[in-house]
Amino acid sequence: MSPKNENKDLMDRGKKPKAKDLTRDDAVVKNYQSQTEIHSRPGAVEGKDLDVRTIEPPKRKSQWAEVWKRLIKNKAAIAGMIVIVILLLTAIFADFIAPFHYETQDLQNVRMAPNSDNWFGTDNFGRDIFSRVVYGSRISIQVGFIAVGVAMIVGGILGSVSGYYSGRIDNVIMRLMDVLLAIPGILLAIAIAAALGPGLVNVMIAVGIASIPRYARIVRASVLSLRDQEFVEAARAVGANDFRIITKYILPNCMAPIIVQGTLGVAEAILAAAGLSFIGLGIQPPIPEWGAMLSTARIYLRDAWWMSIFPGLAIMFTIFGLNLLGDGLRDALDPRLKG
Amino acid sequence: MSKNILEVKNLKKYFKTPKGMLHAVDDVSFFIKEGETLGLVGESGCGKSTTGRAILRLVEPTSGEVNFEGKNIVDFNGAQMREARKNMQIIFQDPYASLNPRMNLGQIISEPLLINKVYKERKKVTDRVKELMDTVGLTPRLLNAFPHELDGGRRQRVGVARALALNPKFIVQDEPVSALDVSIQAQILNLMQDIQDELGLTYLFISHDLSVVKHVSDRIAVMYLGKVVELSDYNAIFRNPLHPYTQALLSAIPVPRMDAPDNMIILEGDVPSPVNPPDGCRFYGRCRYRQDICKAKTPELREYEPERFVACHLVEELQR
Repeated sequence: MSPKNENKDLMDRGKKPKAKDLTRDDAVVKNYQSQTEIHSRPGAVEGKDLDVRTIEPPKRKSQWAEVWKRLIKNKAAIAGMIVIVILLLTAIFADFIAPFHYETQDLQNVRMAPNSDNWFGTDNFGRDIFSRVVYGSRISIQVGFIAVGVAMIVGGILGSVSGYYSGRIDNVIMRLMDVLLAIPGILLAIAIAAALGPGLVNVMIAVGIASIPRYARIVRASVLSLRDQEFVEAARAVGANDFRIITKYILPNCMAPIIVQGTLGVAEAILAAAGLSFIGLGIQPPIPEWGAMLSTARIYLRDAWWMSIFPGLAIMFTIFGLNLLGDGLRDALDPRLKG
Repeated sequence: MSKNILEVKNLKKYFKTPKGMLHAVDDVSFFIKEGETLGLVGESGCGKSTTGRAILRLVEPTSGEVNFEGKNIVDFNGAQMREARKNMQIIFQDPYASLNPRMNLGQIISEPLLINKVYKERKKVTDRVKELMDTVGLTPRLLNAFPHELDGGRRQRVGVARALALNPKFIVQDEPVSALDVSIQAQILNLMQDIQDELGLTYLFISHDLSVVKHVSDRIAVMYLGKVVELSDYNAIFRNPLHPYTQALLSAIPVPRMDAPDNMIILEGDVPSPVNPPDGCRFYGRCRYRQDICKAKTPELREYEPERFVACHLVEELQR
């Protein structure tokens, strides 16, 4: 898209008058003047032949539309997006895609190699691995998005409060975050999951808490850099309160790093949840979770490779897709980075 | 013309730094009459902008009074201050930094109206925004444009429109044109003067650019290192500056004539640090006429002639 087209709406000043029009046809001149951005005399138009209130501005695409346009130009991001869309569709339509229920056991056919009935083979209880991988997408998506959502909201609030008010509140919050950061994320998640007990909700809580400090720090850093900007001061000068300043002036301007971190964070949350399940602290059988499936498959690795390969591939593709999308989003949200 | 709309008394703003207290604004007093433009000049870092901001309490003054229409706004609580801010607004130096990049022009200009709940209906807000845009010479067609799509001059017009939205009586202009090139500067300055004539506004015009200040001001206050050293009528100050610093400052204005007498006063030394300044005249170290009394005693701003204020012990002597 050429810059000419992009600015078409803005720069359209109506028809430029020719020299003869300027001298002879007042209507054309007036029309041109009313369409130019800077009037020759401010306020001259008002109350005469044109009421400014009747001028309708051209409709504009939102900034998100611009971001979307840049995003779909990025081939890697599209690939990532396709993977994520497939994953989402799989999760939504799992009941229709999976040929078997994830709990259906067929004890006559345990550890069957992939065949025409069981595309990914069967596990040690004779359950269809393809169906379990399909149903597993639901768990992974839930864990990934909810854990990140919780971490983003809590971390975002903590980060913006500590960045905006600074001083003692900032110190207290950030030292708490340092304590959380000092413990390796997965270890912290293990500790929390062990304390709360296994289960889907507890995994989300554990993974969520473990990634709060990261969001708090990112948001705080962005808020700090924006807090003293003149447009924030301008908002204060017209009487805006702190809540409005944070939500309307500061946070919209630090969305880019948060969104990018969020996308990448979903991948990490899925991985962490899989890790927790792998060591038995996560989702409990018979619910199909990719990490838990890997965990049970481990002892059969020598003679039933399909039990571990397919859940592993599912994790890999999901993470891969999310990372590609995250990278693409970063470039799309901040075109300056690409240079 | 005679009523004082704003009186600043002994305004101080100190900042804590690792080396000590930075006296950004140190005991500044002046007044502004209704409908006039007071130019506030001084070199970089002399506390001009801080003064402007402290008057609006965008930075909290350390001490002192700011009497706006007879009421000391330094004592105001949040709600009173919000009310007061409808009458006192600010236009910022950098039109690139003073507009929220995530809002379009309509949103930016309507913010003051929405925050202060001026209109109930959305339609009236939009109408008012369009009127304001017209007043400052922006076509309402730009309502949905974003700041980054405009040039500096148009952005500054947006800043002006935002400041005008609440019908203020007094506007602090914090170097409103120093980020613009000269042709645009003239446009904005003329716009500001037209608006002043039309709406009867009072301006505090902060600038380091003497030619600009000369163009717009009725009276001029000269600041040096956190203090007002001279305050008087525009004509008087340019014809016969009293304070040695003002003399040096005005002699630095280039005269575009071949045969212009070369009587520029070159100051020696650097501006001393505003951190923990010693007693005595701030200008002592660089003054041509310095005497012992200047080091011993801080000169107060006093009325030398009617309406002419100067902070120098030696005025009488020098004027003789």
